[in-house]
Amino acid sequence: MLDYITSYLKSDTTPGSAGNLFWAFVYIVLIFLGLSVAVIAMNWLERKILAHMQVRLGPMRVGPHGLLQPIADALKLLIKEDIMPAEADPFVFWVAPLIVVITAFTVFIVVPFGPTHAVTDMNIGVLFMLGVSSLSVLGVVMAGWASNSHYPLMGALRSSAQMVSYEIAMGLAVVSAVLMTSLNAEGTGTLSMIGIVQAQQAQHVWFAFKFFPLGLIAFFIFAVAMVAETNRAPFDLPEAESELTAGFHTEYSGFRWSLFFLAEYSAMIAVSSIAVTLWLGGWMRPFPNALRGETWDLLFSLIPGLTFLFLAAITFYSTARMPKHPYFKLQTIGLGGFGAVLALIGVVLFIPPVRARVQDIFWFNAKVAVSMYMYIWYRGTFPRYRFDQLMKMGWKVLLPLGIGVLILTAIAGVLF
Amino acid sequence: MAPVATTFFFYFLSALTVLSGVLVITRKNPVHSALALIVSLLGQAALYLMLYAPFVAGVQIILYAGGIMVLFLFVIMLVNIERAQKEEQFNQQWLVGLAAAVALGALFVLVYIKGRGLFPDRAIQMPEQSNTQQVAVLLYGNYMLAFEIASLLLLVAVIGAVVMAKKRI
Repeated sequence: MLDYITSYLKSDTTPGSAGNLFWAFVYIVLIFLGLSVAVIAMNWLERKILAHMQVRLGPMRVGPHGLLQPIADALKLLIKEDIMPAEADPFVFWVAPLIVVITAFTVFIVVPFGPTHAVTDMNIGVLFMLGVSSLSVLGVVMAGWASNSHYPLMGALRSSAQMVSYEIAMGLAVVSAVLMTSLNAEGTGTLSMIGIVQAQQAQHVWFAFKFFPLGLIAFFIFAVAMVAETNRAPFDLPEAESELTAGFHTEYSGFRWSLFFLAEYSAMIAVSSIAVTLWLGGWMRPFPNALRGETWDLLFSLIPGLTFLFLAAITFYSTARMPKHPYFKLQTIGLGGFGAVLALIGVVLFIPPVRARVQDIFWFNAKVAVSMYMYIWYRGTFPRYRFDQLMKMGWKVLLPLGIGVLILTAIAGVLF
Repeated sequence: MAPVATTFFFYFLSALTVLSGVLVITRKNPVHSALALIVSLLGQAALYLMLYAPFVAGVQIILYAGGIMVLFLFVIMLVNIERAQKEEQFNQQWLVGLAAAVALGALFVLVYIKGRGLFPDRAIQMPEQSNTQQVAVLLYGNYMLAFEIASLLLLVAVIGAVVMAKKRI
């Protein structure tokens, strides 16, 4: 038994490829927990960052700087009354949020957090991610229809039209990136997520900068389409609150609503990780070829630990600046404790074996985090599109652009 | 990794596919029919996976379950379901339908008996890794002409739909 567990640690494949069920299970649990924590953190970050962009303070009451606000919200949602409209279709109404959540979490099976850090490596990785995430629109449509109410139905119609249109542009952008993986000596490309990153490593370039500006345009198309796919601002017409109250999930409350919320954020993380894997070099650290050698490797491997120590330093600074009133004593201690935890994580990340194994995960997550910040930034910056503008954008701009980039990439691949 | 419980999964997925296929034609509510059809298509995709054709399975999920069925639901949702449920259904021609079904079934049985040599008696271990490449070689190499003709047919259908739907182009 113990041999079975330790034998995997020496191998250099994913647990799924090694056929090790124990470690596959460990990875699934870790990803599930990490994702839930990330969604909670995103909830807080989004409110805080948006607030600061609009020169407000955002949540400040629950915990220091509102840090415990998402937990309070989650508790509120769990103890809220769960309402089902009288005329609703009970089975479809019940199953819709489940479909959305299951599809949003299933795609993480193939997300490569590192050359060995994925649950499994499928040879149709990208196809699997696109396919399963395209199923989530079914849940949205079912939720809107089963509520038997006007606003949800309108939201569901909008969302199905929008997601089907943007999926095409997204697929074309992905194909042009997959085409780039086949530019090696054997001439065989790959759809596996790990294989795509390794192809970028072998070609010494992130695909976003390959055949400049073709890769960049493909990345741009994907970046726009992924915002539309996840129904986020400025493409959040399915839940446009000024027109449809809350769109397809108007009739949902309590726990079921929180499932939609969870699915929305984990779908955002999922499409961001597709973008990072295909165009931004996945788990690779910046400049793995230009700045190589012992010294650079050491320097870059220290960054994860230093980042956490920096965060801890900011937290300690905020702790020192907390009001000295006895009212805030508990909060001050809590914030200090949080800083101590961050510092501890930073110190642990300096231990050489940990450093070597965790680096990849850090770089991947850092790139995804940048993409998540962009999502919030878009929401704070762009006004919402009108529906005909959205359709025009998808069909008349992104789709021809995608086809053009695909053809030009193929030509460039043959020529160079 | 060696396959696990192949027989169980084969019968489980086949039963799922067939049962949801039956549900498609027996449900009165068209939305429920469409949902059953989605389950049936997903079952088929899983069966393709068992036949070592992951690319076909992925395309089946993206195109049928994620694309075409969404458009189906899109149309069905616009139909007034209360009225549609009261309307008489097209099951008056059960005699013709039965004859057609029996003929088709007889054809299948005949093919199975006559073409026994065509079917291998054991599952073949296919190189799973290169399925995508194999599909590509067949589509763009051996069956290039058929593939192009099929895509031309689809293009004609698209143009026809636009011509019929738009008053002024």
